[in-house]
This record gives sequence, structure tokens and C-alpha cells, in this order.
Amino acid sequence: MSAFALILAAGQLPAEAGLNHYLFISALLFAIGFFGVLLRRNTLVIYMCLELMLNASTLAAVAFSRFNGTMDGNVFVFFIITVAAAEVAVGLAIIVALFRLRRTVQVEELTALKN
Amino acid sequence: MADFVFYLFAFLTVLAAAGVVVNRNAVNAAMCLLLSFVGMAALFVLLEAYFLALLQVLVYAGAVVVLFLFIIMLFDVQGGDPRKPYRKMAAASGLVALALLVIGVLSLAHHGPPANPDPALLAGPLPAGASLKSFGYLLFTTYLLPMQVTGFLLLVAMLGVTVLSRKFDAGEGTP
Repeated sequence: MSAFALILAAGQLPAEAGLNHYLFISALLFAIGFFGVLLRRNTLVIYMCLELMLNASTLAAVAFSRFNGTMDGNVFVFFIITVAAAEVAVGLAIIVALFRLRRTVQVEELTALKN
Repeated sequence: MADFVFYLFAFLTVLAAAGVVVNRNAVNAAMCLLLSFVGMAALFVLLEAYFLALLQVLVYAGAVVVLFLFIIMLFDVQGGDPRKPYRKMAAASGLVALALLVIGVLSLAHHGPPANPDPALLAGPLPAGASLKSFGYLLFTTYLLPMQVTGFLLLVAMLGVTVLSRKFDAGEGTP
């Protein structure tokens, strides 16, 4: 209780979740996205899971940046978000072109490259 | 207090992410993705990256999810995922992926940063106003070239999307 009073006196929030907490959440989100990519069959949902993985990695970058006390990680994440937006636009255009050609978005029916 | 908020939003984010994978309906999956992105923005706020939290909501929750929903609407796919058993290959790859992830987490636990780092090493909170200022300063000094390259990338992406979504005849050959 005295530690709590000390922290209150210093005018700061109580001990926040540390770097490891954020890294764990990031790894967990990455794993969930990874399993989505492996197990889902709809191309669009697979693409959503890819976005999830990208987002998990940005969480790790922001956490490292915060606990190092520098802004560089934040700037990297800024670039990652920009590139991800461009990537989503191009990827969805490719999926739309694929759908126009093949009339399906299920990965198991898209086996043109299989010998 | 901050701990409680962290656990709340971390739980929300992970739960919504699991919803993306579990939902068979693509629209529901996109909605779960939206919730996950908003939870991630809250985690960014807890990490004092206010500008990135704003950007996350604007770009991801605003633009990307809406784009996904547009494409789902355009396809008008009925039903969603069929309930078919997974093949042996998919099950094996899932198991290998699970093993890799467990090994990764274990190695992080053994060789990662200490659970309770020296408080002297922990940097103090960045002042809220200075954060955005230093952001702009870094973008126009240290990271000027990457920023210009990123702008060029956006132009290339725009042109690429225009070419890809062009309507082409079968006789014309590949575009």
C-alpha cells in the first residue's frame, strides 16, 4: 500500500504492463493470424489474417520503441501502415481479377499451377 | 488502473482476432477484424503512440476494412466456408506451425528481455505535444528519403490497381 501511495505522490500511473506483456500479445496475435492463413479457404479471409499478422508485428515495434524511449520505431510503424494500405489495395485488385477470371475465391479450386 | 485497461484491450483484441479466424461468414470476419484493429489502437494509446493510434483507426479501421467489405459485397459469395474436413497436408502443416510457435515463445521466455527491467533503463513518458512534433521532425530529416520512396510507392500502387482492375477482353490477351 505504501508503494501505491508513493506512486500516487509521484503523480504517475501504477506500474504498467511491461514490454513482455506487449510482446506476448503481439506473438499471440501473430499466431492467430498465421493459423488463419493456414486453415481458412476463402482468399479474402486469408488476406484479412495476413493483415492481422502485419498489425501484430507493428504492435511489437511500437512496444520496443516505447520502452527504448526513442521515436524511430514509431516512424517505422508509420511507414508500415502506409505500405500496408498500398498492399491491401493491390492485393484486393488481384483477388478481384482472379474472381472475374475463375468465378471463385476458394483456394482449393484455384489449382492452375498444380501439375 | 493502467494494468486493468491493458488487460481489457488486450483481451478484446485477441478475442476479436480469434473471431476473424473462427467465423465462417466473411462479413462477420471483417467486423471482427474491425474490432481487433480498434483494440490495437487502444493498445497504441497505452504505449503513448497517440498519432499511430489515430492513424490505425483512420487507415486500418476506416479504409482497409471498408475496402474488404466492398469486395465482399461485390463478390456476393453465398454461404461462406464449406464444412469440409481438412486434408492430411493441412493438418500436418498446422502441427508444424504450432510446434514452431511454441519453440519461438519458449526461446523468447528464456533469452528475451528480463521480465522486470531496471527502472533506470526505462525511459520516461514522452510529452504528448512533443511526440507529434518530433514525429514530423524525424520524417523530414532522418527519414526524408524513405518518406519520398513511400510516396512513390503509393503512386505505383495506384497505377497498379488501375491497370489490374481494367476490363479486358479475352481476345486481347493478358493485360
